[in-house]
Amino acid sequence: MKKLFVGRKIYLLLVLIFLYAPIVLLIAQAFNKSTSLSVWGGFTLEWFAALTEAEDILEALKNTLAIALLATVFATILGTIASIALVNMRKKARSVIMGFSNIPLLNAEIVTGISFLLLFSMLGIALSFGTVLIAHIAFCVPYVVLSVMPKLKQLDNMTYEAALDLGAGPVTAFFKVIIPDILPGIISGALLSFTLSLDDFVITYFAKGRGFNTLSTLIYAETKRGIRPEIYALSTILFVVIFVALLAMNRPKKAVNNK
Amino acid sequence: MNRKKLQLFATPYIIWIAAFIIIPLIIVAIYALTDSSGAFTLENIKAIGIPKYARSLGISVLFSLITTAVCFFIAYPIALILKSMKIKNQNFILFIFILPMWMNFLLRTYAWKTILIPNGLLDNILAFFGITGFNFSDSAAAILFGMVYDFLPFMIMPIYNTVIKIDDNLINASRDLGAGYFTTLRKIVFPLSVPGILSGVIMVFVPSLTTFAVSKILGGSKYLLIGDVIENQFMTAYDWHLGAGISFVLMIFIIIYIVIQNFIDKDEGANLI
Amino acid sequence: MKFTKILPILLPLAALVLSGCGSDTESGEAADSENILYVYNWDEYIADGVIEMFEEETGYTVVYDVFETNEGLYAKLASGDISYDVICPSDYMIAKMIANDMLEPIDYSKIPNLKYIGEDYVESSKAFDPDFAYSVPYTWGTVGILYNTTMVDEEVDSWSILFDEKYRHNIVMLDSVRDSYAVALKYLGYSLNTLDEEELAEATELLIKQKPIVQAYEVDYARERMINNSAAMAVIYSGEALYSQDYNEDLEYVVPKEGSNIWIDSWVIPKNAENKEAAHAWIDFMCRPDIAKMNLEYITYSTPNTEVYDMLDDEDLKSSTTLFPDSDITDRCEAFSYLGEEGDKYYNNLWEDVKAAAN
Repeated sequence: MKKLFVGRKIYLLLVLIFLYAPIVLLIAQAFNKSTSLSVWGGFTLEWFAALTEAEDILEALKNTLAIALLATVFATILGTIASIALVNMRKKARSVIMGFSNIPLLNAEIVTGISFLLLFSMLGIALSFGTVLIAHIAFCVPYVVLSVMPKLKQLDNMTYEAALDLGAGPVTAFFKVIIPDILPGIISGALLSFTLSLDDFVITYFAKGRGFNTLSTLIYAETKRGIRPEIYALSTILFVVIFVALLAMNRPKKAVNNK
Repeated sequence: MNRKKLQLFATPYIIWIAAFIIIPLIIVAIYALTDSSGAFTLENIKAIGIPKYARSLGISVLFSLITTAVCFFIAYPIALILKSMKIKNQNFILFIFILPMWMNFLLRTYAWKTILIPNGLLDNILAFFGITGFNFSDSAAAILFGMVYDFLPFMIMPIYNTVIKIDDNLINASRDLGAGYFTTLRKIVFPLSVPGILSGVIMVFVPSLTTFAVSKILGGSKYLLIGDVIENQFMTAYDWHLGAGISFVLMIFIIIYIVIQNFIDKDEGANLI
Repeated sequence: MKFTKILPILLPLAALVLSGCGSDTESGEAADSENILYVYNWDEYIADGVIEMFEEETGYTVVYDVFETNEGLYAKLASGDISYDVICPSDYMIAKMIANDMLEPIDYSKIPNLKYIGEDYVESSKAFDPDFAYSVPYTWGTVGILYNTTMVDEEVDSWSILFDEKYRHNIVMLDSVRDSYAVALKYLGYSLNTLDEEELAEATELLIKQKPIVQAYEVDYARERMINNSAAMAVIYSGEALYSQDYNEDLEYVVPKEGSNIWIDSWVIPKNAENKEAAHAWIDFMCRPDIAKMNLEYITYSTPNTEVYDMLDDEDLKSSTTLFPDSDITDRCEAFSYLGEEGDKYYNNLWEDVKAAAN
């Protein structure tokens, strides 16, 4: 049994090495004086300094964050309202709507991407920030619906009706009773949307117009000719920020698990 | 508010679905079924039967099947090990496996390219130990390697989520009744984790079937996957009708899949996330 | 409430984006649409700082995008959904765009610096722009083989080396339809503009047969592979060769004896350009000798500008036969011509056959 246990640890370690090898390389590269990926030219911080001058990278970062935040806000509101309505529908009608709603989840990204390209092209809408935003909201909403819906199903209607009986208006009752109960679902839907939007490449690639890049599309263009070290520097910063943030989020849960 | 009134709140979403999910797909269908002059044709659909496209689709299906299988065989033991290790903070461990996804996937794929490329990092490390002649860059193996790397977390997450919910008492009861480790695994743990496996399979299979960036970056553009064919028609060859036709065929596959899935899955897709 | 947990992440992000948007609207007010110039150029095809100089001198704001192949450029523009003000395609693609009525005639009175463009290049331009009405030459060059002298012992003077089994997985080809066919057709002794089905079938067969020994099909990344000693040889544009030699001394560039492609990339203005005034200013700026010199030194592609040669300080550049090939080389090269819609489709389809073939 002991042997098996050691074996397990080695297995986990190997998988972790596999998962982290490119990340370690990318972070090391952010501090590498040599631009070649296989030569260590000494430690430097110059790429971080150069990053502040790299306008196209910063612009892409700004676009990425703006799209992700706006898409998250819109998708969360739209998805939450839709879920509340859907949960009150008869099962049959709901199933049909959910079937359509889930298409972007299951469809190939490339098909979703070209469907937006063709839609905007047919309507004569110039590809821009707005078209990318619409595409992002569209693929985020279903995830919000899927996150919020289960919470709504668990909801006890009695509390809502009790609130009404106690004289609360329907709107007050809604915000004071229903929303707090389904908030975890809304938050996980929002976080999921944010993550998906941040990381999306394929759909943005087809829906973007002239002069517009998110980090993903910028990086894709760069993979074709060799990536600039400033990108490694930026990715290192983002990775550390997210690492710290996720670590901080994990803390309270640890306390719960320890009980 | 009564139910009838609440149902009205679905209107914006229904309009949204119509405008940005259904209509775009209908437009794909229109492009697929017409030629550049606008006349009806089935040529773009039939194109999937042309040997080179059929071959692309075949390779894509094969690659994504292998990727899905390899991801499953790597991910399942991880889920079991994480469950068995009595670590106080399970979330943290899971977090360690998900964290790599926060580095842009194209960047991570590109990092593999620089590791695997001839005379790259891997070659240099191997040469240090006196090993030469081992190089699989720009090959089918490199593409598969990259796909497994990119999609593995999508398999780990859902499987782990179902496995962790399995009641330890159930497992202990099975062991107490004399079942061995593998019997318990086969008869208790595995059946209970099937929903997670199914979600994992979906989350790996569909994206790996239609990827185009990974094959370009790691395959030296030598393998034309079905995603590359579509991308090429839209972004280089400028034959949107043919690109839409091939997309349409993929879409039909996926719609059939959704219909079947709706029959099996009573949760309306809830275990997808 | 759990929401408080994500606030620390979302708030700074929100602040960052809002501050970003804020500055955007400020600069947006200064640079209204009249002042924005949308430029679509090849990747890494302009010297560092040139765009900023142009912005400073003219007051226009440049939005700069890059493309990788002529075909990619065409696919982006042909739908009409995206409009750029000034673009830089190659000869045969310019002919195609003229044929499809996608270009705006240039008002040469607004390009005073045109006088620095050599008469030869204006004459050569007439092959694809018969009345010299739509284009202003930017760079020119050849296609050849870049090889690593430590990995290739023999003398390289023929395309045949690209089909030699000895260099299995050591050959990088261009991931571009016309360029790859040019290699195969020239090797076989045919014109690189042929529409003869048998000749093209022969070339296709050759390329398919070659595929198992090819390391990769690349465009811009080919030079990285050469600089890092990953491959022994690559088919490459002449300018890339000089750039690569700066980083790796073992590299040599040769235009094979069977002949090759000679090309011109020129600035043109699409019909749906929104800021033609600025586009003319851009083209004129690019013709200025000091700017042409900066570009030549940075991107290392040959320039049609007659003043630049005398201004160069770098003797290596001046004596480079890659940059300034003698007539021996240029005489055996052939320019691409536009093959018509059907011809293009035919080539694209064959090239896809090659890319889809077994390895």
